[in-house]
Amino acid sequence: MADLTPWQQALLYENRANPYPFYAELRKTPVSRQPDGTYVVSTYREIVSILHDPRVSSDPRKRPNAPSAAEETASLPTSTYVREPSMITSDPPEHDRVRRATMRHFGPPHTPDLVSSQEDGIKRIVTDLLDKLKGKTRIDVVNEFAYPLPVSVICRVLGVPEEDEKRFHNWIEAALDGLDLGPEAASEEGQHRAKLGHQARQELSTYMAELLERYAEQPGPGMLSAMVNSVDERLSRGELLSNAQLLLFAGHETTVNLIAHSILTLLRHPHALEKLRRRPELIVPGVEEFLRFESSVQFWPTRTALEDIEIAGTTIPKGAPIIVLYASGNRDPSRFTNPDQVDFQREHNEHLGYSGGIHLCFGGPLARLEAQIAVGEFVRRAQNPRLVVDPPPYRHNQIFRGPRHVLVDIDGVQD
Amino acid sequence: MSATSTKEKVADLVATFKSTGRLVIVGASLAGLRAAEALRKEGFTGPLTIIGDEPEEPYDRPPLSKQVLKGWVPADHTKLPRVRQVDAEWRLGIAATGLDRVTKQVRLANDEQVPYDRLLIATGTRAREWPNAREAALEGLYTIRTSTDAAGLQKALAAKPGRVLVIGAGFIGSEVASVCRELGLPVTVVERGSAPLVSSLGGVIGAIAAEMQRDHGVDLRTGIGVKSLEGDGKGHVRRARLSDDSVVECDVVLASLGSIRNTEWLEGSGLAAGFWGVGCDAGLRAFDINGVVTDSIFVVGDIARFPHVLYEYQFLVLEHWDNAVLGAEVAAHNMVSLEPDRWPHLPLPSFWSGQFGVNIKSVGVCPFGNEIIFTQGSVKERRFAAAYGHRGRIVAAVTFNHGKWLEHYAPQIERSAPFPPPPAGYDRPEVKPVPAEFPDPRVPTSIPDVILTGHDPTERGAEFRARIY
Repeated sequence: MADLTPWQQALLYENRANPYPFYAELRKTPVSRQPDGTYVVSTYREIVSILHDPRVSSDPRKRPNAPSAAEETASLPTSTYVREPSMITSDPPEHDRVRRATMRHFGPPHTPDLVSSQEDGIKRIVTDLLDKLKGKTRIDVVNEFAYPLPVSVICRVLGVPEEDEKRFHNWIEAALDGLDLGPEAASEEGQHRAKLGHQARQELSTYMAELLERYAEQPGPGMLSAMVNSVDERLSRGELLSNAQLLLFAGHETTVNLIAHSILTLLRHPHALEKLRRRPELIVPGVEEFLRFESSVQFWPTRTALEDIEIAGTTIPKGAPIIVLYASGNRDPSRFTNPDQVDFQREHNEHLGYSGGIHLCFGGPLARLEAQIAVGEFVRRAQNPRLVVDPPPYRHNQIFRGPRHVLVDIDGVQD
Repeated sequence: MSATSTKEKVADLVATFKSTGRLVIVGASLAGLRAAEALRKEGFTGPLTIIGDEPEEPYDRPPLSKQVLKGWVPADHTKLPRVRQVDAEWRLGIAATGLDRVTKQVRLANDEQVPYDRLLIATGTRAREWPNAREAALEGLYTIRTSTDAAGLQKALAAKPGRVLVIGAGFIGSEVASVCRELGLPVTVVERGSAPLVSSLGGVIGAIAAEMQRDHGVDLRTGIGVKSLEGDGKGHVRRARLSDDSVVECDVVLASLGSIRNTEWLEGSGLAAGFWGVGCDAGLRAFDINGVVTDSIFVVGDIARFPHVLYEYQFLVLEHWDNAVLGAEVAAHNMVSLEPDRWPHLPLPSFWSGQFGVNIKSVGVCPFGNEIIFTQGSVKERRFAAAYGHRGRIVAAVTFNHGKWLEHYAPQIERSAPFPPPPAGYDRPEVKPVPAEFPDPRVPTSIPDVILTGHDPTERGAEFRARIY
């Protein structure tokens, strides 16, 4: 496909395991206009500038050609967001109000201990997961380690019954599979996946609405019940529903990929693995470096310029959609020295793995804690881990990029 | 024998100095600690002495007027985390009382002499004491700068006094008033200027700050001062007489009258030291009284008065946390470097305060602006961003619960972009720029956190005299 732009090539499934050469090509034009009028921003400083520019909207309803709320065009990537605006797809003042109302039940000052109180539970789950691997010589780090932990944690934090996990796991997988921003979306297979994805989103929505209704009638544990029954800073039913889905979804998919990618990266860089064994305290800057190296959210596609914006020697015209390519900014050599190397002691590692500005990752502190414990314990206990398949097979989704399976051979699991 | 190049000679000098030079840091708080750490990081392996007049290990001051007073954290629980091993000789609990630049020695309070090859002055500021000595001895009267001060005030507030009087509504006074209200204590704030925070942020923001205080139940009185304090027969403060002849009954008084730079110990040293601190170049090397830069004396933190290219090369004094941290790195580097490897200290001043449920953050030098425009959010809801302009260029920005947007204004300030800035795409107040209403600098109110002190490196021309209450 010689006539595809570097961006379009980066989106192809065949490049999912390694989009980085295409990002490097893209960075030659930091703000690059695509054939469909979208502007892809791929360098660190320009991304930071866009993330903090009040002329940039995160709400796709403000696009000049936004489909009306009633339209159901499943192939449009923005259709999910248009029908169900959550805080990630809204602007101040609504955004600020919703984020405050939600954060009230997650972090300081009103709920200062929620994240830290998860520590014991996370350690217990990680210990159990690793214990279960004893006696095995080949494991799938995704299915047997990276996936179960974040799901369990987010269910407990939100108050989603863990026994329903199988159902929403399938819905979330299908929803992710159904979102394709690249040239393959137009194919028959692409359209079929999009249709299944749309269906799955409907079912997830119905499930969450029922759960919220149950909590409204009978308060229970977790954030969802706290939000539904909150006396202060109440959200509307619609706002509750869309943000509950956002939190459920964001609360595990991204963390699963963070853990899986961290272990994949370590197995590919034996010196780093060795260093972490010798100095376990480096897991803290280590997780930051993994967030930079393989970002769980590769890019975000819902921003729009509401005015002409002069940036990097070009002008993004009013109304143009903007994509911020975090994973490329994180490998920008004009910001990070030796960006393609893993360095736990990298200084000034202000990566874009959690984005930046007012939409900075809501659950970041929780994800950090999970990854630090999970990856740290894996390194400590897994004996002689070796990658079986490199590169591993990847999921379809371009934004939430992650391996489907990471097969690893081990000699054993020590205590 | 081949002639060594200048470059090699310089490299040799630096290498020798880094292993054998004797460095002394006077001032063992944030700037002093971070400088010591930075020196070790720079590869300095020689002897390092750190002198501090407080007996405690370096600790963080901002929580002293916030979390400590609220009772979240004990006053001695704000020790600064150590970034790296410092391996220094610590002389804590002893003040430096003199400096001899000829013999290169620091004199301590016990008359001991500490020799140096290079010296870093990081003695910072202290709280201005109540000017009337007899009244200053009253029990229940506090200033707040040290952890000991904070411990005393925290205990006094926890004892549920009938009324607290805060004299001076700068950042510290306002934060303490906020804590009082959170603790459910009646509090009167007396401010000589037209509004709280007026010298740092101007009258337009000051008016919002005043409303914020009153909305939270503060008895705020502006445009007046405290004439005298009176005690009971047992030596405890009981009331204050104000300049409008009214009386406030109070049993705890905080005098937050601003800071005084600890330069007295440098008298006679021949340095450009005075009311506004120690004048130095943009690489934090001190000037002497004639404006000649020294070789071996560096200054950092609240006490440094350094020229800033963004502000017409005027000398800037900053009482900002990050000025200490960033300056410490620059000073440390320059102490063990020679031309052309020295760095300039060109911080974009930035500041934060937490009061009355609002996080206030600013960037740039707000008093340099004469106009202000609200660019984002809602003033009524007390969540907004505002930009300051000076002759058509943006020079500063302030945010109330809108701190994440400052990154948009900082680069514009750095390149002196046009004012007013391009309008936001949503959530914007439809207003025009208005005068920022900074007080006439000749009228003394409180001492703001950022001060432009003119172009004279030795400030022999300084005329400002702070009037006592």
